[in-house]
Amino acid sequence: MASVAQAIRMALHYGETNLGVKDIFGQDVGAPLGGVFTATQGLKTAWNSPLDERGIIGMAMGIAMGGDKCVAEIQFADYIFNTIDLLKIAGNTLWCTNGQVQLPMVVMTPVGAGIFGSVYHSHSFDAWASRLPGWKIVMPSNPLDAYGLMLAAIKDPNPVLYLKSKALMRHKGDELIPGEPSDEKELKAMIDKPVQNAEGWKPRWPDLEEYIVPIGKGKITHEGEHITVVTYSRMVHLCDEVAHKLAGEGISVEVIDLRSIYPYDWQMIKSSIEKTGRVLFVNEDTEVTNFGEHLAYRATQELFYQLMARPRVLAGKNLPGIGLHPNLEKNSVPQLHDIETAIREVVAEVP
Amino acid sequence: MSKKTTVKAGSKSAAKKSVKASAKTAVKGSKKASAKADNFGGLSEDLLLRIHDLMVKSRVLEERLIKIYKAGEAYFWIGGPGEEAFGVPLGLLARKGQGPAYDWFHLHYRCTPTMVALGMNMVDSIRLIMNRATDPSTGGRNFANHYCFPQWNVAPVTSPIEVQYPLACGTAHVQKRFGKKALSIVTGGDAGTAEGDFASALILASRKGQELPVLITVQNNKFGISTPFEGQHGETHIADRAKAFNIRARVINGNDPVETYLAMQEEMEYIRKTGKPSFIEAHVSRLYGHSSADGANKKASMVDPVFTFENRLIDAGILTEKAAKKIWEIYEAEGVAAQEQARTEPVPTPESVWEHVYVDSENADWRKF
Repeated sequence: MASVAQAIRMALHYGETNLGVKDIFGQDVGAPLGGVFTATQGLKTAWNSPLDERGIIGMAMGIAMGGDKCVAEIQFADYIFNTIDLLKIAGNTLWCTNGQVQLPMVVMTPVGAGIFGSVYHSHSFDAWASRLPGWKIVMPSNPLDAYGLMLAAIKDPNPVLYLKSKALMRHKGDELIPGEPSDEKELKAMIDKPVQNAEGWKPRWPDLEEYIVPIGKGKITHEGEHITVVTYSRMVHLCDEVAHKLAGEGISVEVIDLRSIYPYDWQMIKSSIEKTGRVLFVNEDTEVTNFGEHLAYRATQELFYQLMARPRVLAGKNLPGIGLHPNLEKNSVPQLHDIETAIREVVAEVP
Repeated sequence: MSKKTTVKAGSKSAAKKSVKASAKTAVKGSKKASAKADNFGGLSEDLLLRIHDLMVKSRVLEERLIKIYKAGEAYFWIGGPGEEAFGVPLGLLARKGQGPAYDWFHLHYRCTPTMVALGMNMVDSIRLIMNRATDPSTGGRNFANHYCFPQWNVAPVTSPIEVQYPLACGTAHVQKRFGKKALSIVTGGDAGTAEGDFASALILASRKGQELPVLITVQNNKFGISTPFEGQHGETHIADRAKAFNIRARVINGNDPVETYLAMQEEMEYIRKTGKPSFIEAHVSRLYGHSSADGANKKASMVDPVFTFENRLIDAGILTEKAAKKIWEIYEAEGVAAQEQARTEPVPTPESVWEHVYVDSENADWRKF
């Protein structure tokens, strides 16, 4: 099975071969490194930019304005903050020009904690991103979605932010990408650059097929009856694990992998809450002000009389950073036991 | 020297009639085959008169915009009276069209002269400042002089300064790949060069073996809103910063349309031939201050490039005072008529806020997901 990094690499290969992507660029994106997480190894259109986030975003906007399709990378979301006004402009260009100028570009960046990256390699960006009207924002949790959402992002005529979890980069799913060889050693031999003697290396790409995960459509990863847990990205796996554990105790948890932050799959959330009457929103961005709060607000407004417990948001603590020591990181973003405790509390609440 | 550029109300029909007359026609009969000490760099009389005509048109338009603001028919004015001698030659020299085979413009909000030279009608600028739904740039959504004309590769002007510089590198990258020797032109102010985006563009445009066909320009009017040049800069010339990146650079008198035309022509030819960037720092006047925020009142102490050039043409016998006066009148009447027309046109509807958040007006309202 492909890892998320391999899936992204294969999606970008498919994009530059079949979907008109002409530039994949950013810091260390091209040879020799092929991305700090290897997600851009061996791609024919990948090139290294100067170490300049604003230059990267501005260049991407210019390429899109000029009529070509590009995928730009900011090496870590922690460094995307100094481009925030450019992201704002990219999001408002269509609107400001009354529909005249489209910016079909993809910006991908690794987000979140889980790799013990300390203060400047652990930031989340989903809540910030949700405040950039004009952008679509996706956050895959597994390789197949990483592939399908990247293809959807490339095909979308709007700017799309593709937020990939740092901690999931080596995560392997349980579903094959269409065209991917079933033997992961074979895949590795085909598309992973050798660690040594890599000079002259070229990938042998599998015969990949188009597979789209529509932007705005979530997925139920664990069906349940007693509580709905709405999450995305890395937290999907933690929530699923807790759901499996609690199932043994008779607590039936429905986990929704939102997959897209904006637009988001409200119909899926709504019908699940209507079924369970209880909801917990889980993500690792800081709690003030959190995208889960928006969802909790909406759940309260639209489903108040169907709820049997107060909606709850479990998020990262409102701290200036995430400390390097595991004791600090683990007490900053939700862990398995935090999710389990929150689910138990909401389920135990009686109207 | 000052000129009265306001046509009195009450002469509506006369004004409309005169709009139909061509300013070009007014000039034609004025040419004199007199001996001229000033050879204007070898530019033809037709070109000189065209430049003058467009400079006047741009000035009259900008002054009309200020009047519209001061009359309370617009919320804000910002613009570039004083930059006609730079902006008009820029618009005339570029390869105008849509797509990567043509030049791209990444302008700032002082570039009405370039837009006029490209062929923008006065009424379209007035529709913009009066926020009409008919405004072709923004549909009534944005400030004065925030132009956007995709049919001429004019990128949308933004309020944040200097962000247009790296975008120009992006379009230049596309143009270079396309291979038709088109270039991207970026303009901005001297104060804005303090922004990191300016440095981003210098770096992106000049990487060895990956140079980009960009004409990087700075219109140095010696002010950043109210802060003088000396208060913000240590460098002698902003152009010196381009030299540090091995970008060919020069400083010109942007108040002289002849010097500007010739310099820009030379640099554009260099860029088209080599695919490499070039940098022009043009010293210009800022005749009406920064924007309506600081009053938009005329600064008599500054060089007025339009009247300086007009007098030069008159002195050389290329233009008569009578013909010059006629040009001002014709454009003033056009401006008045355009304002009257814009007044009658519809404004954006409240519901239209949801249009164009996403392509094809895909639903942006989360309440409807």
